[in-house]
Amino acid sequence: MTEREHYEAVVVGCGPGGAAAAARLAEHGVETLVLERGVEAGSKNVSGGLIYAEDSAPYTIDDLFDGFREEAAERPVTDYRIHNIAGDKVKTYDLTDLHEHDTDWCDAVLRRQMDSWLEQRVHEKASETGGGVLTNVRVNGLLREGGEIVGVTCDELDPIEADLIVAADGVNSELAREAGLMDWEEPDEWFQGVKAVVDMDPGAVNHRFGIDDDEGVAHLFSGDLFEDVRGGGFLYTNEESLSIGTVFHLDSLVAEQAEPHELLDALLTHPVMAHWIGDGYDEREYAAKLVPDSKKVAHREPYRDRLVLVGDAAGQMQAQGPIIKGMNHAVTAGALAADAFAITRGNADPEAAGRRYAKLLEDSGTMAKLRPKQYDLARTVGERDAVTNVVDRVLESPIGSLALGNRLADRVLERAYNSPFLVSMLPDTRTGYTTVPTVIGEARGKSVRWKNDAEPPSLEERIGELTYDTDVGNPHIELRDDSAEASGAAVYACPVSAEEFGGGCYRTERVKTNGDEETLVSLDTQPCVECGTCAIVADTTWEHPRGGKGVEYREG
Amino acid sequence: MLTKGVPDFSEGAVSFDEDGHLERGKTPTVMNPNDAFALEAALQTRVRHGGHVTGMSMGPPGYASVLQGAMESVYADDSYLLSDRELAASDTWATAITVSAGIEKYREEVADVDLVFAGFKTADGETGQTGPQTCWALEWPIVTHVVALDIDPDERRLRAKRLVEGDVDEIETVEAPLPCVVIADPEFEPTYRKASHRLTHKQLRAETRERAAEHDEYLTTWDHADLNLDPDYIGLDGSPTIVSSVDPIPKAPSEREATMIDPEDGAAMEPVLEELQPFAGGD
Ligand SMILES: Cc1cc2nc3c(=O)[nH]c(=O)nc-3n(C[C@H](O)[C@H](O)[C@H](O)COP(=O)(O)OP(=O)(O)OC[C@H]3O[C@@H](n4cnc5c(N)ncnc54)[C@H](O)[C@@H]3O)c2cc1C
Ligand code: SF4
Repeated sequence: MTEREHYEAVVVGCGPGGAAAAARLAEHGVETLVLERGVEAGSKNVSGGLIYAEDSAPYTIDDLFDGFREEAAERPVTDYRIHNIAGDKVKTYDLTDLHEHDTDWCDAVLRRQMDSWLEQRVHEKASETGGGVLTNVRVNGLLREGGEIVGVTCDELDPIEADLIVAADGVNSELAREAGLMDWEEPDEWFQGVKAVVDMDPGAVNHRFGIDDDEGVAHLFSGDLFEDVRGGGFLYTNEESLSIGTVFHLDSLVAEQAEPHELLDALLTHPVMAHWIGDGYDEREYAAKLVPDSKKVAHREPYRDRLVLVGDAAGQMQAQGPIIKGMNHAVTAGALAADAFAITRGNADPEAAGRRYAKLLEDSGTMAKLRPKQYDLARTVGERDAVTNVVDRVLESPIGSLALGNRLADRVLERAYNSPFLVSMLPDTRTGYTTVPTVIGEARGKSVRWKNDAEPPSLEERIGELTYDTDVGNPHIELRDDSAEASGAAVYACPVSAEEFGGGCYRTERVKTNGDEETLVSLDTQPCVECGTCAIVADTTWEHPRGGKGVEYREG
Repeated sequence: MLTKGVPDFSEGAVSFDEDGHLERGKTPTVMNPNDAFALEAALQTRVRHGGHVTGMSMGPPGYASVLQGAMESVYADDSYLLSDRELAASDTWATAITVSAGIEKYREEVADVDLVFAGFKTADGETGQTGPQTCWALEWPIVTHVVALDIDPDERRLRAKRLVEGDVDEIETVEAPLPCVVIADPEFEPTYRKASHRLTHKQLRAETRERAAEHDEYLTTWDHADLNLDPDYIGLDGSPTIVSSVDPIPKAPSEREATMIDPEDGAAMEPVLEELQPFAGGD
């Protein structure tokens, strides 16, 4: 047998986590190979996306990549608001204080542009130490020797050994799962994000939002426009487009049997949007992806043998109330993992780097942000159904509305919303997401009667606009159980499937068996956007497609 | 790595006159499509073993663009064009004499050569002779229809898988000493299963982009005098093959008779249905 290839470090995935890890490893002089399954980094990735540079963070993306803001990012956020909605009533709070808490800067990004730019920089840096970035390569498993993880296996390459393996392969990390560090079981540990990129020329963006070329806005939306589904909406300005999307708790989507694309449409067509997109709505891209909830899943010891997990793969995605921070933590974690390896280089214990990495996550305060103590405390009371119901009932009662509805409450609430401490305490119940905003909107809001003529495309049109390189005859997801009980939830929860829609991934079929009628679920992976939802809510064998295959995002 | 230009036969590009003759003047020249497989084989060899790759072509000055294209796809280091009026209208034999003279001159004056790669036939002439004739002129071994290639630089040998077409296609494995001529088959598939190979490939691509943009600087043109060739043995005069005429292939006359029947006409349809009866399922 020929000798196995060996690199000092192999980084799987070239999103912000992988890019930061690889750049920092290269700075330490470590020979680093980065493997990315997309045709180009970013072609598989979606975020909202605001990337934060926190004052308190040990690493920010512009520390690692000179010129990031100028060359890879869109507009900075200079104005930050939340809209509490009840029917057509809207009450807007200025959340700039919350947004600016611990924030050095914050820019909107589009992931194809951002990640492909990072890929170039990483390749340049890694080439200097004998490595580089390879795209179109999917890592499909861990290479083990005597049970110990020593490398990776790929669809496209022979097995590769490494002294450090960084799994920066994002949400639904196949490596994290194979290592036994993460599982894909509980819907309540995830959010699902769905997003539309809307074309708009820079002049129109400036005019409609009252900003200059070097300014941008972030608007958040919560309340009853999403029925009872827990989550919210966002609108961010890019240079020549808007990113508009929704993020919902996956368990809530499943419980309410909600169609993600319809929830997005509810936001797009709400009167509050009329001024911005009400005429001539032109959607460039529809996209979706799961988002882990660090409060519940951020792994405190994200390593095994020579393997370390960074970013979404380790569940390091912080939902700080309405503020979503995943990319910045992925960057921090990636850089810390690299430092940990550099510090422990040459140590015979294969877990030395991993242990040091976990310690750096603690010592830098990163873990405390990802798993806030106050949440763990509040959760024990807040999420108990009985308590929630009582609170909800009180809030919805005339007294509650009155309490929230008076002018004093208004100021208190705006302040409360702006408190990072309080916001991170919000339990994941209807109270925070729906009841409070709805009551605020109802009691304090003004009716918005603007006419919104936006006509979002149908699901079929959205799928039709996406680019796919289908791996014909080699589907990456297989249904293990096609009963409605086991897998029926995917028919609505899958962002490119819908009840009564034959062109999506998941469909239901009425099948007659021995005179009985049964509902069965069928799957066609062709329109799949690889969001990961059905890995959790259906009974499947779920993998990512081979390198370069599947959906290719142009915006992200 | 040998390549040549051919008329672009792709739809929209190719132009024929009223008699159905190719209008060369109006049809753009592109790299012979079959040479792409030779390029792939040359590139794979370079990626795996390093070395220097030179593109060589015989033809009019305009073929420089073909060599430039070849440089872009095979990441060649430089190009040699064998070109002058005396070389015009060469048949395969005269071409092989000229090309082998080019390779000999290259070996004497530039560097030694271990491997020559060529496509298996051109899209215009379709003879498939130039490669074998060149190796004959060089007195080198030749391996044709290569679908996979492995080289042992230390032993100075190559091992190739050849596609032998027949009633049943077979793959034959052969070995040959270097130097050798390799003719790649359209089924040739380069494989890069090592990360280091892919990194090299990427590196070469980046370097070549810059080179190919300045192709003229990397192009050397040799005429018959440079090659020390007697005009009587090259070009039209040195070409024993004469293509007396090219006839379009007449369409074979249909052996079946057809009758048109209006499907709406019940009476006329009756015999049709009768004919179909035996093929209908059931009783
Ligand atoms: C709708 C939505 C809105 C969001 N909004 C925000 C926001 O505003 N701010 C914010 O900070 N975060 C936001 N996030 C979260 C953020 O996108 C993630 O937390 C972040 O991308 C995580 O980075 P990462 O490097 O860990 O993983 P990713 O960015 O997902 O990168 C993983 C990479 O690994 C590659 N990969 C995966 N598997 C393999 C394999 N087997 N082999 C090779 N390569 C592989 C992928 O192609 C990808 O390039 C949002 C997410 C969504 C879905
Ligand atoms: S099939 Fe599964 S992974 Fe693909 S888009 Fe639908 S839910 Fe997401």
